[in-house]
Amino acid sequence: MPVRMRTALVPFATLPLAACAGRQSVLDPQGLQSSQILHTIFIFLTVAAAVWIAVVVVLGVSLLRRKRPADQPLALHQPFERTSGRVIFVLGLATLVVVLGLSIVSYAGQRTIFAKDENALTLKIIGHQWWWEVRYEADSPHRSFVTANEIRVPTGQPVKVELESADVIHSFWVPSLTGKMDLITGQKNELQFTAKNAGVYRGQCAEFCGLQHANMAFAVLALPPDEFGRWRDHENQSANSPTDQLGKQGEALFRARGCALCHNISGTLAGGQLGPDLTHIGSRTTIAAGTLPNTPATLAAWIADPQHIKPGNLMPKMPLQSGELIAILHYLEQLK
Amino acid sequence: MRQTIVRNVAELPTYGYGPRSGPWWGAMGFMALEGMGFAIAIGAYLYLYAVNPNWPIGAAPPDLWPGTAEVAVYLLSIIPNEITNRAAHRQDLAKVRVGLIVMAVIGTALLVLRGFEFAHLNTRWDNSAYGSIVWLILGLHTTHLATDVGDTIVLAVLMFTRHAKPRRFSDVTDNVFYWNFVVLAWLPLYVLLDWVPRL
Amino acid sequence: MSIAAEPREIRDDVLNGLQLSTQLERVWRTPSGWTGALTSVDHKVVGRRYIVTAFAFLLLGGILAILMRVQLAGPEKTFLSADKYNQIFTMHGSTMMFLFAVPVMEAFAVYLVPLMVGTRNIAFPRLNAFSYWMFLFGGCFLWISFALNVGPDVGWFAYVPLSSLQYTPTKRPDVWAQMITFTEVAALAVAVEIIVTVFKLRAPGMTLDRIPLFVWAMLITAFLVMFAMPSVMVASTSLILDRLVNTRFYDSSSGGHPLLWQHLFWFFGHPEVYIIFIPGTGMVSAILATFARRPVVGYPVVILSLIATGFLSFGLWVHHMFVTGLPQLGAGLFTASSMLIAVPSGLQIFCWLATLWDGRPVYRTPLLFVIGFIVIFVLGGLSGVMVASVPIDTQVHDTYFVVAHFHYVLIGGAVFPLIGAVYYWFPKITGRMLSESLGRWNFWLAFIGFNVAFFPMHILGLIGMPRRVYTYTANMDWAHLNLLSSGGALVFALSFALLLVNVIYSLRKGELAGDNPWSASTLEWATSSPPPPQNFDRIPVVKHRDPLWADSMSLPVVAGLSAERREVLLTSLAEAEPQIREASPEPSIWPLLTAIATTVFFIGSIFTPWAVLWGTPPMAVALIGWFWPTGSREDEE
Repeated sequence: MPVRMRTALVPFATLPLAACAGRQSVLDPQGLQSSQILHTIFIFLTVAAAVWIAVVVVLGVSLLRRKRPADQPLALHQPFERTSGRVIFVLGLATLVVVLGLSIVSYAGQRTIFAKDENALTLKIIGHQWWWEVRYEADSPHRSFVTANEIRVPTGQPVKVELESADVIHSFWVPSLTGKMDLITGQKNELQFTAKNAGVYRGQCAEFCGLQHANMAFAVLALPPDEFGRWRDHENQSANSPTDQLGKQGEALFRARGCALCHNISGTLAGGQLGPDLTHIGSRTTIAAGTLPNTPATLAAWIADPQHIKPGNLMPKMPLQSGELIAILHYLEQLK
Repeated sequence: MRQTIVRNVAELPTYGYGPRSGPWWGAMGFMALEGMGFAIAIGAYLYLYAVNPNWPIGAAPPDLWPGTAEVAVYLLSIIPNEITNRAAHRQDLAKVRVGLIVMAVIGTALLVLRGFEFAHLNTRWDNSAYGSIVWLILGLHTTHLATDVGDTIVLAVLMFTRHAKPRRFSDVTDNVFYWNFVVLAWLPLYVLLDWVPRL
Repeated sequence: MSIAAEPREIRDDVLNGLQLSTQLERVWRTPSGWTGALTSVDHKVVGRRYIVTAFAFLLLGGILAILMRVQLAGPEKTFLSADKYNQIFTMHGSTMMFLFAVPVMEAFAVYLVPLMVGTRNIAFPRLNAFSYWMFLFGGCFLWISFALNVGPDVGWFAYVPLSSLQYTPTKRPDVWAQMITFTEVAALAVAVEIIVTVFKLRAPGMTLDRIPLFVWAMLITAFLVMFAMPSVMVASTSLILDRLVNTRFYDSSSGGHPLLWQHLFWFFGHPEVYIIFIPGTGMVSAILATFARRPVVGYPVVILSLIATGFLSFGLWVHHMFVTGLPQLGAGLFTASSMLIAVPSGLQIFCWLATLWDGRPVYRTPLLFVIGFIVIFVLGGLSGVMVASVPIDTQVHDTYFVVAHFHYVLIGGAVFPLIGAVYYWFPKITGRMLSESLGRWNFWLAFIGFNVAFFPMHILGLIGMPRRVYTYTANMDWAHLNLLSSGGALVFALSFALLLVNVIYSLRKGELAGDNPWSASTLEWATSSPPPPQNFDRIPVVKHRDPLWADSMSLPVVAGLSAERREVLLTSLAEAEPQIREASPEPSIWPLLTAIATTVFFIGSIFTPWAVLWGTPPMAVALIGWFWPTGSREDEE
């Protein structure tokens, strides 16, 4: 009874809805693939629950039922021995049939979720300790751009993500959209998903990747196709130039204080490649790979002491005076 | 509980050969797990072979002569090994002494040959994954070779002491048995190391 | 050659009763004092040490579990730093798998198998002593490293390239890899001993179809160890070589591949689960027969199921790698092979249920744990069927769902039977009963605590909580279930504290057990509790699968073994016909010295490759000392 069980599990499914960080639940499917998987899960769960209940009932009855008299332990009742042998044989066969049936159900589900669509929107995701590089690659270079820790996709359209790793093994997992796939050093993996509904879906690294594995999250923002198109056009543009004096000062400090050695901001002299691309940092919802929401306060705290918030990450604590910090912050805020 | 003696085993021997004895089964057990180690190493080699488009990686295949010479010596060594085995079963101390010395010499010669083989692998362990797995496999087999040679030498010395008692002949047959395993393990490894890179 | 010249030795057919016992005890006893402690080769002494040491590691691993549960009880807790947490979860997994679960099962085998097959000592008793020392030194090495802040922090699976020198340039992964080598050497040694003990040291008449199910389980486990562990030894050796002398096994820029590691590790790692679980089934079968007061239904079915489980367990390692991008059809086949293992497991469950159905259960603590085992393990097995499915696994892999699953399987399938086994065999090992009332508290706390701790984890996994995270944010809504789980973990921990109290109390004040307090059917109950050093005054002759039920008054025995030196009776493989009276080794210091030399070699070699050169001669000397005849009479025939 998958439907009834689904209803029973609704309280758990709705839990993540309350979270502002985005949905992250197998039980709250918002993609074609995650819906298919949940369907498979319910079939398995039904069978499993039935078997477990049957075993416990038989166990209970066998403990409670009236027994043969207290004989010698070796005085066995031959008819029981024969019958029990037959019953065990039949149950063994039944187990075999059930697992083969479940294998077929499983394989059918597997084919569906791994089906390839040639017209999928393709983007490349490269795992780093401990953040996600996201590359939207197009035929012409000026249609390609790079962002980090935030993936925007159009609803209703298949999306293919090519997964690679810059260092150790990570795993790309957005449970509300689809199952996970590892990012393996020296290997190219891929995964396809289709978001059914617009929304924010949280993802998280699922393969232990070192000290800050716990703080390696990201968000998938599924947008209606036209909105996605507008966003994409906007991302293709270079960074906004600062409009005020403080912003200009911030841009200069960004280079002078070493930030630009690691971070790229398209259209400026900042071209570092070690850290996340910050061209449109002002429009992202989170910072530090989903560790904090992106607000002026959190961004300031992060720049002031990244090692306090996410110990061990590669961004060093820079000696900045508070005026300098404010200028850089002001500059970054404008990079919408 | 009351005990009823139903049988007397006083007349049974106090040692035996082959599957009758305990140590023989022990040797079997260790050969099985070491054989599994070789199988796993071969599997690792073939895995790396399968995932790499070029094989051997950045190196010429090993020179053939040391490995081939070893195959010849190994196969020929089965003869004196078997002679030693039969002498041990007959409890012929003089012949067992000679047999063990011959086997120790052959083993030492093979260790020298093995040195040449390492030198003619045409790759180093730190060149590539190919070099690493080749060195690992050859090293693994060399460990077995060296262990058995050591064992043979100790046993040979033992047979010249006052401890050369009948029970020791059973140990000699187990040593013979183990040597056959070292020989047998080498044959697939030879094909793998020397011929697969030439495919 | 000079036997004829020597005076005829005293055999056990000319002595009787107390005279015989005293004489055999003098021959077989472990010398007293330090010498005895360091040289003992008695399987009961070594087995007892093995059990106590493994439980000490359980205690340590359990403390780590509690620390993790405190950290995760609420969001964004700062009780543990990320670094400490990562070390702790790695240490927890490594300790529980390599220093508790596998060794404790082998420990019970070392203690019980020789008694159950009716012999005087295990095969290769010196190897057995060596095995214990290696296990002890390996475990201490790991824990001392942890105390010195060099505890491994790359997971009990140590995936490359995270565990490579480039990404973890400390000594931590080396400690992990070398601990593996220690414990595998120990485990492999015991496996060979158990196989030879069961093959060759069975009491006359104990044909293959009269071997107790527990012994069958241990035999099959020994084979699994033999064929699974070499894989992880190759893996850990190659990892150390990569880190120490720059080999390139796992370096993808030089033709190596990170997935090679995963294949090698899981080719061992999956059978490992059955290496832990199959002994558990043996304990269940032993306890169930005794407390259901009838033999287990379907003796051949249970054995064939165990053998089938053993074979299948080598064909499903890939289900740990479903999300590494393998070819889809191949992955699908591994789904089927993984689920197939439900068939032999199911058959065993059906046999046990039928046994209870027909039996007259005696509700003592061991049986309670077996009933708890069925309830918990079946649930874990069924969630195992779920994770074997590729599509489901893509969601639940590396989440708390899997954490819940394998704790249900391992704690349900192995630890519950194990605690039952402790209550069951404690009287045999110590001569005193454990307290039954404390036992009931122990069971109910364990059963309730376990389920409260681990059931919520299924749901946590499904609502998105990945494994191995040291923290999570408040807006993830994982807090309540985590708090519940942590509470359950405390209750579960309390149940173990109670077990410890019970053991300590009962060692002094427990009711005296007598030879066969449970009226059980197997041979270990035919001797006194605790058994004398020689185990049996005369070797029993087996005429029935349940010898003590077939005839509870008298025991048929053989005579004719030596009463003035250590001798065991070797019998034929299938029919257990007497073949040889073989000498069994005297106590010796060499196993300890060899273990020390090997330890120096192993630990040295994570610091310098030259240790292989200077570490070998001491090992060779120790081994020659070990095998060199002592000139005693049994050596000189």
